[in-house]
Amino acid sequence: MSLEIMIKILIDGKYYDADPTKNLLESCLALGFDIPHFCYHGALGSVGACRLCAVKKFRNTDDKNGKIVMSCMEPVTEGLIISVEDNDVKEFRAAVIEGLMTNHPHDCPVCDEGGECHLQDMTVMTGHNYRRFDFKKRTFQNQDLGPFIKHEMNRCIECYRCVRFYRDYAGGKDLNVFSSRNTVYFGRHEDGILESEFSGNLVEICPTGVFTDKTLMKHYTRKWDLSNAPSVCVHCSVGCNIIASERYDSLRRVMSRYNGDVNGYFICDRGRFGYEFVNDEKRIRNVAIRSGENKTVDAVNDEKLYAELSKIFETNKKIIGIGSPRASLESNFALMSLVGKDNFYSGFSKREHKLTGIVLEYLQKSGISAPSLKQIEKADAVFILGEDLTNTAPMIALAVREASRNSGKEMASKLGIPLWNAGPVIQVTQDLKTPLFIATPFNDSLDELAEDTIRATYNDIADLGFAVASCLNPEAPVWKLKNKDHQLLAEKIAFTLNNAKNPVIISGINCGDENVIRAACNIATALHSKEKKGMLCVALPECNSMGLAFMAANSLDDAIDRTDKEKIDTLIILENDVYRRANEDSINHLFEQSKQVIVMDQLTNKTSLRADILIPAASFAESEGTLVNYEGRGQRYYKTIVNKDQVKESWRWMAEFKRLKENKLTVDWKKFDDIVSTMTSEIPSLRKLKEYFSDADFRMMNEKIPRQPLRYSGRTSIHANTAVSEKGIEQDIDSPLAFSMEGNSTLVRPSLVPFYWSPGWNSVQAVNKFLDEPNGTMKGDDTGIKLIETPLIPSWTYFIPEKQALDLLQGEFLIVPAFQIFGSEELSSAAVTLSKRIPEPFIYLNPTDGKELEIETGEWIQLETATTKFQVKVQLEDQIKMGIAGISVGLPGMPFFDVPGKGKIHKLTQNGFNGN
Amino acid sequence: MERPLTQNIQQGLPPMNLKEFQKAGGYAGVVKALKELTPGEVTNLVKASNLLGRGGAGFPTGTKWSLVPMDEKSGPKYLVCNADEMEPGTFKDRYLLEGNPHQLIAGMIIAAYAIQSQTAFIFLRWAYKKAEAELRKAIAEAYDAGLLGKNILGTGFDLEMIVHSSAGRYICGEETALLNSLEGKRATPRTKPPFPAISGLFGRPTVVNNVETLCWLSHIVENGTDWFKSLSLTETGGTKLFGVSGKVKNPGLWELPLGTTVREILEEHAGGMSDGYRFRGLLPGGASTDFLIEKHLDVKMDFHTVAEAGSRMGTGTMIIMDDKTCPVAFLHNIERFFALESCGFCTPCREGLPWVVKVLEAIESGKGRMEHLDILRFQTKYMAPGNTFCAHAPGAVEPLQSGLNYFYDDFVSHINQQKCPWKS
Amino acid sequence: MLSEEEKKEILKETTQYPYPSAACIDALKIVQHYRGWISDDAVKEIALILNMSNEEVDGVATFYSRIYRKPVGRNVILLCDGVSCMIMGYESILEHISKKLDISFGQTTPDNRYTLLPISCLGDCDHAPAMMINNDHYNKLTMDRVDEILEKYK
Repeated sequence: MSLEIMIKILIDGKYYDADPTKNLLESCLALGFDIPHFCYHGALGSVGACRLCAVKKFRNTDDKNGKIVMSCMEPVTEGLIISVEDNDVKEFRAAVIEGLMTNHPHDCPVCDEGGECHLQDMTVMTGHNYRRFDFKKRTFQNQDLGPFIKHEMNRCIECYRCVRFYRDYAGGKDLNVFSSRNTVYFGRHEDGILESEFSGNLVEICPTGVFTDKTLMKHYTRKWDLSNAPSVCVHCSVGCNIIASERYDSLRRVMSRYNGDVNGYFICDRGRFGYEFVNDEKRIRNVAIRSGENKTVDAVNDEKLYAELSKIFETNKKIIGIGSPRASLESNFALMSLVGKDNFYSGFSKREHKLTGIVLEYLQKSGISAPSLKQIEKADAVFILGEDLTNTAPMIALAVREASRNSGKEMASKLGIPLWNAGPVIQVTQDLKTPLFIATPFNDSLDELAEDTIRATYNDIADLGFAVASCLNPEAPVWKLKNKDHQLLAEKIAFTLNNAKNPVIISGINCGDENVIRAACNIATALHSKEKKGMLCVALPECNSMGLAFMAANSLDDAIDRTDKEKIDTLIILENDVYRRANEDSINHLFEQSKQVIVMDQLTNKTSLRADILIPAASFAESEGTLVNYEGRGQRYYKTIVNKDQVKESWRWMAEFKRLKENKLTVDWKKFDDIVSTMTSEIPSLRKLKEYFSDADFRMMNEKIPRQPLRYSGRTSIHANTAVSEKGIEQDIDSPLAFSMEGNSTLVRPSLVPFYWSPGWNSVQAVNKFLDEPNGTMKGDDTGIKLIETPLIPSWTYFIPEKQALDLLQGEFLIVPAFQIFGSEELSSAAVTLSKRIPEPFIYLNPTDGKELEIETGEWIQLETATTKFQVKVQLEDQIKMGIAGISVGLPGMPFFDVPGKGKIHKLTQNGFNGN
Repeated sequence: MERPLTQNIQQGLPPMNLKEFQKAGGYAGVVKALKELTPGEVTNLVKASNLLGRGGAGFPTGTKWSLVPMDEKSGPKYLVCNADEMEPGTFKDRYLLEGNPHQLIAGMIIAAYAIQSQTAFIFLRWAYKKAEAELRKAIAEAYDAGLLGKNILGTGFDLEMIVHSSAGRYICGEETALLNSLEGKRATPRTKPPFPAISGLFGRPTVVNNVETLCWLSHIVENGTDWFKSLSLTETGGTKLFGVSGKVKNPGLWELPLGTTVREILEEHAGGMSDGYRFRGLLPGGASTDFLIEKHLDVKMDFHTVAEAGSRMGTGTMIIMDDKTCPVAFLHNIERFFALESCGFCTPCREGLPWVVKVLEAIESGKGRMEHLDILRFQTKYMAPGNTFCAHAPGAVEPLQSGLNYFYDDFVSHINQQKCPWKS
Repeated sequence: MLSEEEKKEILKETTQYPYPSAACIDALKIVQHYRGWISDDAVKEIALILNMSNEEVDGVATFYSRIYRKPVGRNVILLCDGVSCMIMGYESILEHISKKLDISFGQTTPDNRYTLLPISCLGDCDHAPAMMINNDHYNKLTMDRVDEILEKYK
């Protein structure tokens, strides 16, 4: 609720407090009234299309007849008198449903949406049941929209939500409404993959089954049969909240979980469709020991493994551990405990390690905070340096899109248009946008929103940044650009940021350039010391990059260096394909210098193939853990799937290892809370996690919180093929959630809500019942815990700008990374459907450079860096500057590239080409 | 009787060219407005005249203009002439456009001057090819004569006038849908407020006026508000183009004082019903108005008087329903039109109108049931003003609602006989 | 695919608006003037010229009744089926034309000479029934008059 003055309105004879900046529907929903609606959405505002949210409005207390008005379009004003229960308006609402039902097919039994369908809910809620329409229905042809989204247009109720979300909110261009009257059609111009990175949200936005999750279809399960858990996305550092749902031990789908500070109602496609890696055949499910010269693999049960390990720990004393930025805090901590702090290495690449460290130190000491996505959405000036957000952290890009509408919203407010009134706000805005400046090496989907876009090398981008800081604040290091145009631009950017009330600087370490990060920090410092609330968002590569940084360990390269000097007895690698972190030769050397390699991971990869002992680690869906996002926000995910085969949480494995190493009979950490206790006491900066999250013995009125809805079916017959008697339910000793439908799920704190349901609301729209108001915060305001404390007295100075000259020889290029939303992130790339969207490896080249090398798009070149050779296809790209080449990074089959760096490009002739 | 709007129109002959029009004093109002009056004075004059919009809604023109911000910083503004006449049974704007384009141009210059707009669009129906040709010719003449373009008549007032011919769709006649269409988009209506006067074409302050309304302006400026008020038989002021179509002896269009009775128009000017046909009812202002029947023949044709009789004067072009026309077929035709022309944005219109059409078709073809009448009645209530996004559906059900009342027996006989009694 | 002439005309239209996409309907009408109808390829080309997506252009093209997204014959007959024309007998004119050309509303003659479409209303209610063929307007239709008129169009 906003702290604005609340006013009193009269609803069906009772007075209620309402917020005059909201519309009547929002206010009623916030007050708990069940007003049916379709086209209104908390993030999209009101348009008044569906006419379902009708209520009766009375001129005064003497007015007995009243007038039907649409509550979503009705402002909350002093003295407002309405009725929700009036008979006329109830009849009207039922008539609206009846109208929609004249064309809606009888698909419920075969429709994916059934059981979770907003249309079903509203039909029941309005009471329409008897079909009077006895004529033919209109039908449509469906389109193939790609591997993620299924299209079934006959079910459409023309609420226009899909195009409003896709086009107006997410900036997509290739979904639109066609034709007119009752033949309006929502789709593409022709069959084809939906291009937007947020297309997956259509399955939740659409109130019926027009857009459904194609990946769910493959292993379809009704909502009431799903066992769920609140979870956190593991595919980038934003940490969007998700709900993971399973049935028969396989993860069925991931959907968005509301977080008012982080992702709001939405998630990106990588987060939504990356989950299939959990079910993939590449999953490591059993312990394997490779022995002998031939490295034959033996499956080994737990006892045999422990016996083997006991022997190892007796003789091997030099044990080092390499952690992972994609593993939970607890798993990393457990490894660190096992091997000792001096023997624990973070598992970052050298660059990641350094840059993440810089970012964390900066946030801890400078007094500047990292903005949440919600705060970025409120920015009135944004400067992006170096990072291709759309590919690295798409939800940050979405937040920037929302921010770009703020200037328009301000203008609308001045004209007296309430911000919830979506149509007029867009109309008066025309092409007015919030000032946005983007400085990246190549084409950016956010370019269309930017006031100025600068295509340059990272050096030049950093220069620009330092110049902006210098213009902003005389205390910043003096830095002037030689190029007059660039200097003018720097001054313009500085001027704009200075005049803004909520300026946000965004960068990321995926670009890999230290100078760019330092420049971004300087700008934030410059703004902050002028008593502005300047905020700095630095996107990190992985879901727990920040968390790992908290553990302040040495880097992977330090481990590699150590093996230069001494041999290691046992190398334990935790959930990390180290071949992605350093060049092949170094990693091979690391393995060669280790007598024994133990790898604990989820998916088979290059590293796991080198393991002498392979341990099956649980994925996020099979464990609980804490992750820290780019803001320093600690969030927890909970187990969805009961562990099967030999899969266990990494920290549980480590507990056993520790027991064996220390020759104890019992583990130190039997349950999750045990390791959390140890971890938070040994690492003070993580202390707040203990108090914030609920322990496993938390109960709601003496009951656990059920993962399964009340109608979860087959409970008594699921295992009937093995035994007639009903199995006892799996016990969850690690969290307050239960693998059962029994328990108490009312008023649960948001971080423990496993699914959205409320009486009468079976669809995802039930989420509104959990919010204080639509698009507000969850009731209980539980959005994770910020771990970085702003110091009272910041102790920070500016970075001194350094020219990092990258002397390029003749024929050498500056190679920069081109992160791909699908393919560059390790786990999601193993998702079978998502992997269809992964492009072939490619390298961006300026057309003039291409001409000189006599090479066209689609032809092959060989890229040679100091350590790596790789054959790859060229893609000529207009906007990249001459002398720069952008290599796609991390795609399956690609080697590690230490980028940005130097590289030679040779055109491959027929002779030289070997098809890679 | 004075007929200011049509005095210079001779049906069948080409319209006056610029020289002829000027000779007849047609641009005198423009000269007076631009040279002797301030923009504010023009607006006040029009306000005082109580000129009501002739497009069908009858909104006071001066009031509409006065909503436009007039401070210096208000930026570019637009004047749009709504020449998208597509209401079935309506043919008055075509008459004015083909008959005297300069009269419209003169009116538009005055309106643009009053709101200080520098660009005026004429949003013209695709089908009005002859009107388009005449307008383009007349506008070219006006440019040549310095009446359009930069520094009109040396007064420093600039005005560009552009003819934009549409691509179909009745809903473009709705002023905010028109603006969307002019912006190259789908013609879905917009939410009001904000009103076009505040945020209209391309987000700028815009005034949209009907052809007939704009044609009045040079006359009012020249002759004043008292003269204007004297022209009508009621308090409203001015004359109106009234038309009659259907089985009458003399279908046509006549400029008559507001307040002329239905009977006078029908019997005196239209010559009464054709031989062998009897009067059963009429829609006074195009297809989206309620029926008036025998007992209403002495109703005065003016906005408030027709409203008191339970209908709407609308465009003032009457469609006569004779006794040899089946009322169900009549309504079926009308509702089919409205259903096809729905923009598809809001549920009641998009889903309700096609259902109505299907029911009427069933009744007409002898497959009707009594429940169908309940459905029809319910749909007219369901699509009442305020329940839909714009006025399209409420207009569409006006004839249906009154038709069900007045011709209820005819519906019942279709159902009882399981055939159309007129088709034998 | 679009000729230089078409492109020139489209670009000219864009000059009267603050941004190119506002000329979308004008562009569609220009291309249709040359080709009779708007194909999928035409949509794509117009989108390129006006810096719009294919979907944006097609969303507009499919909304308007006078933009044809299917091929039409050399001559398009638009017969008014409005209520005044109904009273004055358009149905018998329709029957006559249908019999004569062997097509009904929405169809094209096999020799591609005529496409027959409804339109409502042509604003000629006092001289009903009325129709248009291409850009020519005809009223006071009788069967004989229709026969005469149809002869004129090849």
